[in-house]
Amino acid sequence: MNENYDTDQMWITMGPQHPFSHGLWTLRVKADGEIITDAEPEIGYLHRGWEKECENRTYAKIIPMADRLCYSASMTWSHVYCKVVEEALDIEVPERARYLRVIADEICRIQSHLMWLAAVGTDLGNLTVFLWALREREFFLDLNVRLCGQRLTTNYPRIGGVRNDMPYYFERDCMRCVERFEKAIWEIIKLTDESSTFVGRLKGIGYLKAKDVANWGITGPAMRGCGVDYDVRRDDPYDAYEDLEFEVPVLNKDNPMGGDAYSRYMVRIEEMFQSCEMIRQSFNKLKTIPKESPTRIKVPRCIPAGTHCAKIEDPRGESIMYLVSDGTEKPYRLKVRSPVFVNVSASRHMVKGVRIADIPAIMAMIDMCLGETDR
Amino acid sequence: MADEEFFEAPTFDEINLKIQAKFGSKVTFKSSTKKNVKAINEKRRVFMSTDRETLYSLCVYLHDVLNFEQCTSVCAVDYVEYIQIVYFITNYYTGVMAEITVDITTSDLHVPSISSIWEGANWHERETYELFGVIFDGHPKLERLLTPKDYEFYPFRKSYKLRGAE
Repeated sequence: MNENYDTDQMWITMGPQHPFSHGLWTLRVKADGEIITDAEPEIGYLHRGWEKECENRTYAKIIPMADRLCYSASMTWSHVYCKVVEEALDIEVPERARYLRVIADEICRIQSHLMWLAAVGTDLGNLTVFLWALREREFFLDLNVRLCGQRLTTNYPRIGGVRNDMPYYFERDCMRCVERFEKAIWEIIKLTDESSTFVGRLKGIGYLKAKDVANWGITGPAMRGCGVDYDVRRDDPYDAYEDLEFEVPVLNKDNPMGGDAYSRYMVRIEEMFQSCEMIRQSFNKLKTIPKESPTRIKVPRCIPAGTHCAKIEDPRGESIMYLVSDGTEKPYRLKVRSPVFVNVSASRHMVKGVRIADIPAIMAMIDMCLGETDR
Repeated sequence: MADEEFFEAPTFDEINLKIQAKFGSKVTFKSSTKKNVKAINEKRRVFMSTDRETLYSLCVYLHDVLNFEQCTSVCAVDYVEYIQIVYFITNYYTGVMAEITVDITTSDLHVPSISSIWEGANWHERETYELFGVIFDGHPKLERLLTPKDYEFYPFRKSYKLRGAE
């Protein structure tokens, strides 16, 4: 036997087909026994050249493409695209459309978080959570069908408004669904928070300090769980968010240790309650706006030349689109800043020093979505 | 978050004044003519352009003194005669997002890497390298990330035509 072999540490490839990697990506970890000393994420299995494809399409044709960036957050992606074009045209969206967008976004956020909760359940061996969370999610997908005609790729926002006003009895159905959800979510919370194995696998692992989190570029619920108090909806408001009253859940603000995986889980749960509150307030505000008022305005085919940037709060973090237009009907360049792309680049630091068995719990808190990561 | 001594977050006007006092004519401020964009009206966007010699010291100044904690995004735009690198850098205390543009000629595609200041810029720079061929000097691992390792072309440049494009 060759004594020069370095038998202390070895590289283990987790993925692209692995239960913890939701989608195709690889996490290569260097393990010293059980403890991870180094890690290297690898992505790119799903790279389609999305940004380049857009340069070949007219502005209106990109909206359904933006839906396909992430299957569970399609509403926010087409929303941010419409926003950047509206900024380029320098127009204001009608008031009714602004509230309808908020309602659609928050339905999207709740169903996206429920999809994440279901995935966490399977990652941590709690299959009942998976089934129950997906059952609750189905009600919100039904609302999507009522509003937009589609379950996942909704194609609802338009440049200058939304596609259609809400259908008859949508408010009644939506409020029934939200009120039902606010009771039913407690059943799931009981399954998770009162289960010692579930809590034991999340608590005390994967501590991240607030300073590091900001420096690594992590955004969204993962950032707020570690003590950085920033939410685009509150601090850089767009559409109707500045007229609504809501709290931004931030945990471990004064904790020098930062936040663990459990606090990132808690922030997402709390966000779902806040989304319900926002939907309720938006419907109340919508009552004061006449039903005949327009939900979209006509926009020209060609966009004036310039550079434009819009950012909104995705369920997973800050999503930014940067548009360079040249006066024609096609974009010159469209850049997508995906929150998961940056969050997964920080997984190298997140898993250092933890045990291999803890990787699924830490990675589940990123809420992977490969469509927007690889683009 | 930032160290204790820098806890005071500068406002939009202070950022303008301080950078102008420190860098003078090397950093040019641009203003937007848009009327209906809330973030610009409420002074949450700063538009700057600089050259690549000043870029690194400007970023260090933004990070250390003005408390900009996160490099949100790095991207490139191919204007055929030159390539423009665009940096988005965010300050979480004031919510101000700075947009810095750097123009480099196509014959000399080198720009200093800022991933030593903000770790979050690491993958954005790798992505820009593989799609545009811009070389970030001092980057810890400048390899292809999304495209296969044996690609020898840069697919997002304007010289790379898509099928069906005029």
